[in-house]
Amino acid sequence: MIREYRTIEEVAGPLMLVKQVDGVKYDELGEIELPSGEVRRCRVLEVNGRDVLVQLFESSAGLNLAQSKVRFSGHGVELPVSKNMLGRVFNGMGEPIDGGAKLIPEKNLDINGTPINPAARYYPSEFIQTGVSTIDGLNTLVRGQKLPIFSGSGLPHANLAAQIARQAKVRDGDSKFAVVFAAIGITFEEADFFISDFKKTGAIDRTVLFINLASDAAIERISTPRMALTAAEYLAFECDMHVLVILTDITNYAEALREVSAARKEVPGRRGYPGYLYTDLATMYERAGRKMGSEGSITMIPILSMPEDDKTHPIPDLTGYITEGQIILSREMYRKGYMPPVDVLPSLSRLKDKGIGEGKTREDHAGTMNQLFSSYARGREAKELMVVLGEAALTPVDRLYAKFADAFEAEYINQGFYENRTIEETLDLGWKLLAILPKSEMKRIKPELIEKYWVGEK
Amino acid sequence: MEEVVGKILKVSGPLVVAEGMRNANMFDVVRVGEKRLIGEIIEMHGDKASIQVYEETAGVGRGDIVVSTGEPLSVELGPGLITNIYDGIQRPLETIREKVGSNLTRGIDEPALDRARVWHFEAEKKIGDTVAPGDVLGFVDETEVIRHKVMVPPKKGGTLVQIASGDFKVTDIVAKIKLENGKTENVTLIQKWPVRVARPYKEKLPPAEPMITGQRSIDALFPIAKGGTACVPGPFGSGKTVVQHQLAKWSDVDLVVYIGCGERGNEMTDVLREFPELTDPRTGKSLMERTVLIANTSDMPVAAREASIYTGITIAEYYRDMGYAVAVIADSTSRWAEALREMSGRLEEMPGEEGYPAYLTSRLAGFYERAGKVVCLGSDGREGALSAIGAVSPQGGDISEPVTQATLRIVKVFWGLDSSLAYRRHFPAINWLNSYSLYRERLSDWCADNIAKDWMSLTGRCLKTLQEESDLDEIVKLVGVDALSPEDRMTLEAARSIREDFLQQYAFDDIDGYTPLDKQYALLKLIFSYEDRARKALAQGANVQTLADLPVREMIGRAKTIPSENYKAEFEKIEAELAAQIDKAVHDAAKEN
Repeated sequence: MIREYRTIEEVAGPLMLVKQVDGVKYDELGEIELPSGEVRRCRVLEVNGRDVLVQLFESSAGLNLAQSKVRFSGHGVELPVSKNMLGRVFNGMGEPIDGGAKLIPEKNLDINGTPINPAARYYPSEFIQTGVSTIDGLNTLVRGQKLPIFSGSGLPHANLAAQIARQAKVRDGDSKFAVVFAAIGITFEEADFFISDFKKTGAIDRTVLFINLASDAAIERISTPRMALTAAEYLAFECDMHVLVILTDITNYAEALREVSAARKEVPGRRGYPGYLYTDLATMYERAGRKMGSEGSITMIPILSMPEDDKTHPIPDLTGYITEGQIILSREMYRKGYMPPVDVLPSLSRLKDKGIGEGKTREDHAGTMNQLFSSYARGREAKELMVVLGEAALTPVDRLYAKFADAFEAEYINQGFYENRTIEETLDLGWKLLAILPKSEMKRIKPELIEKYWVGEK
Repeated sequence: MEEVVGKILKVSGPLVVAEGMRNANMFDVVRVGEKRLIGEIIEMHGDKASIQVYEETAGVGRGDIVVSTGEPLSVELGPGLITNIYDGIQRPLETIREKVGSNLTRGIDEPALDRARVWHFEAEKKIGDTVAPGDVLGFVDETEVIRHKVMVPPKKGGTLVQIASGDFKVTDIVAKIKLENGKTENVTLIQKWPVRVARPYKEKLPPAEPMITGQRSIDALFPIAKGGTACVPGPFGSGKTVVQHQLAKWSDVDLVVYIGCGERGNEMTDVLREFPELTDPRTGKSLMERTVLIANTSDMPVAAREASIYTGITIAEYYRDMGYAVAVIADSTSRWAEALREMSGRLEEMPGEEGYPAYLTSRLAGFYERAGKVVCLGSDGREGALSAIGAVSPQGGDISEPVTQATLRIVKVFWGLDSSLAYRRHFPAINWLNSYSLYRERLSDWCADNIAKDWMSLTGRCLKTLQEESDLDEIVKLVGVDALSPEDRMTLEAARSIREDFLQQYAFDDIDGYTPLDKQYALLKLIFSYEDRARKALAQGANVQTLADLPVREMIGRAKTIPSENYKAEFEKIEAELAAQIDKAVHDAAKEN
């Protein structure tokens, strides 16, 4: 039996206190009926005796303490899922907003999910070709990986994410592929960019969109990524599809979380974010992966904008500790006009070593990757020195390194958002650029591979 | 004992408050609600107990029942631990997967050790023998590598009234001891031990032997002793996990307990899938045969993360008590500290620095102090060693934060990982300028006797050269490399060789991933032989650029990837080539003049 309570005692920010309730459980979903008949949703944050603290998912405007009614549903927040979600658009709370028919759910799933048993995971090792050299060649993405893009305000992270969604493919041909896209507090224009890009390429038919725009209730953002991930889990682990999840922008999510935390007067961690931000982010990011008993996979690309381009800000910092690497965008490259403006040196894919090499990409991949990285790093150092002391102060070898760094940026990094390079093209380009340097500097590549692939002077 | 049953008053995330708990004990394990979630009492206020629950508490509400088990949080110790993977409160994850599928559901009750499996017990003692606590009653061959010693439990010495070899399940009685107070103690293959209590030993000894890791920057520059403590702080992407995995793979210990504490699920999977494939260079058997895994990944409940560290170290202590050298590797202690902080916040305690509780330092110290080299209980005077290595994940890579600082006050070895080295793909990214090991002196005798007389002076020279390089770099940045004297240029070249040809080590290479000590020594000799010869040539008028560009240096650079079995002959060839090329450089210089 569902009871209704008219005992709302307090409303402050996103929180509401209800008194004199019985049998309410922690994390239960509730509904508030306003005097106007409008229904809003909420969730139990704390049970203390007969008092219940709930968090609203929508704004509290129009809420009336005396006349509003609260009902508790007896279960947690759930998302109705079905295969027909593909091609549909939902709001941040999982309700269809595309004007289409109501979804007939195959089942209702709790949006919090359950942790994957680490003993039941498969280690991600299937190479995904994104067609972007800086990712394929240097920071290889594999199926089941979570690889965020760290961006800043004004940088074209959306173009890169769309490029990946458009070009990503697995080498062994056709498997069932889907995109789940969650817009978390981004502007209409940015969301529209993604949607029209998906439409243009026809990808929209295999995409599920969850849209919470900047103008929607901030508090709804807490559930938006979880809705998206629940849909992704259903498609991946029950329908055996390979799902690419794009979450943008995690910074907005963390700010909504901070809002609730501050309203609860919790002891803040760094920069006012709650101490459990790490755990909270981890429960989202860790939902990526591959697991036993299912053919499908979830590959996740969260996008976050670093406030002031600061990588040590808690959001990118904690994200970096959970995800398996990061692609960092650079304002310097962007100003030079090099697209996609990936900052190669601090970018990293932790799972690359298992996804590359003979049988997966090519035998020379690991060696050339390390050689390109260290040569580019040395070239950058040489260039910095050159700025201070002039070219004459460099040794002849360092001068070549500086030349290499320039060519590397102009050709390898700067490919544009619409060029789709195969992994062979990327690797061959690497060899072509390495040929700027003397052969004796190729310390990180096995001699037999140098013999086989070297294109420079013998 | 009377069962204590209480009722829930308050639920706030992993914290539950129940009333009617006056007769329960502090730190008792309780079962919460219908789903019988596992929790632990962490505070008592009169009738009310604050309980931290090790599982997700969604769906728990006021009035739900809490039952105390009357026992503290304990682990089961016995054969079958090795090769297994457990969660933070020692539930077997493989078994759970077989039972409930690939996601973790709540309220699972599954014994840590397989109750059905039969082990062959070989008795060592006989009926009538007087046995003291810690004495070895017999053996079980747990894996091909580890012989499990069945010991008299602490405080249970007496006379054996029953013991026999045979096949037993873990819960079968293998021996009976008549205690001094007249009671009889039944010994099974399982012992239970509360995780928050350190297992007893006879005496602690100062560590005197290095734990050899095959990692050149560690063994040569910043060694850790068997029974020592170390920490690896580093920002994300600096290779903490790779360093930890390398240690778990190659350390010359008998057993490794790897605790994944609040880290990535895939990393645990990696260990789980990769270790069975790898061979231990010392025993020739699979590495999994000496590994116990504790996994509390970051998406698993936060309270169990706090317990996982204790679960891991208690298991390690148990094997130490058998006389083995054990290493505990915890990745990452920062996540553990964050779990403490979260519980502390929910308990509304007064926060210390950055919201961490004031008892953070003492808890950390309590963990690391359980490491050490000890004389075990028992009459045979066997010695065991437990090394503890913890990763630290400082926010923003800033090591002035409380967890790193508290850790540094306790541990003896500091391997500071550096993101700028990682960007240059210098791995392992251990910064040679700020890392340290307080064991260098203590281990010098062992190294002189077992590696080479001049090991300490060679490695000391490495550190000195690297320090000089950093001083010279300042000058180079200001006025350019041409302003340096040829001698200083040579120092830079030597330092570069140390960095690139010795310290850089590619973890994923079959040969380079592990370098035995004698080869490390030979490598250093080779590098310094180049420097010494080059300096001599310099004095004889050779050109510094020519010496820096000698083709033989490429051979030195590749020396580390020469297979360890037959490196000696190859190294001699390089040495001969080196001598020839330097002579030629001197000769050419003389001709020009």
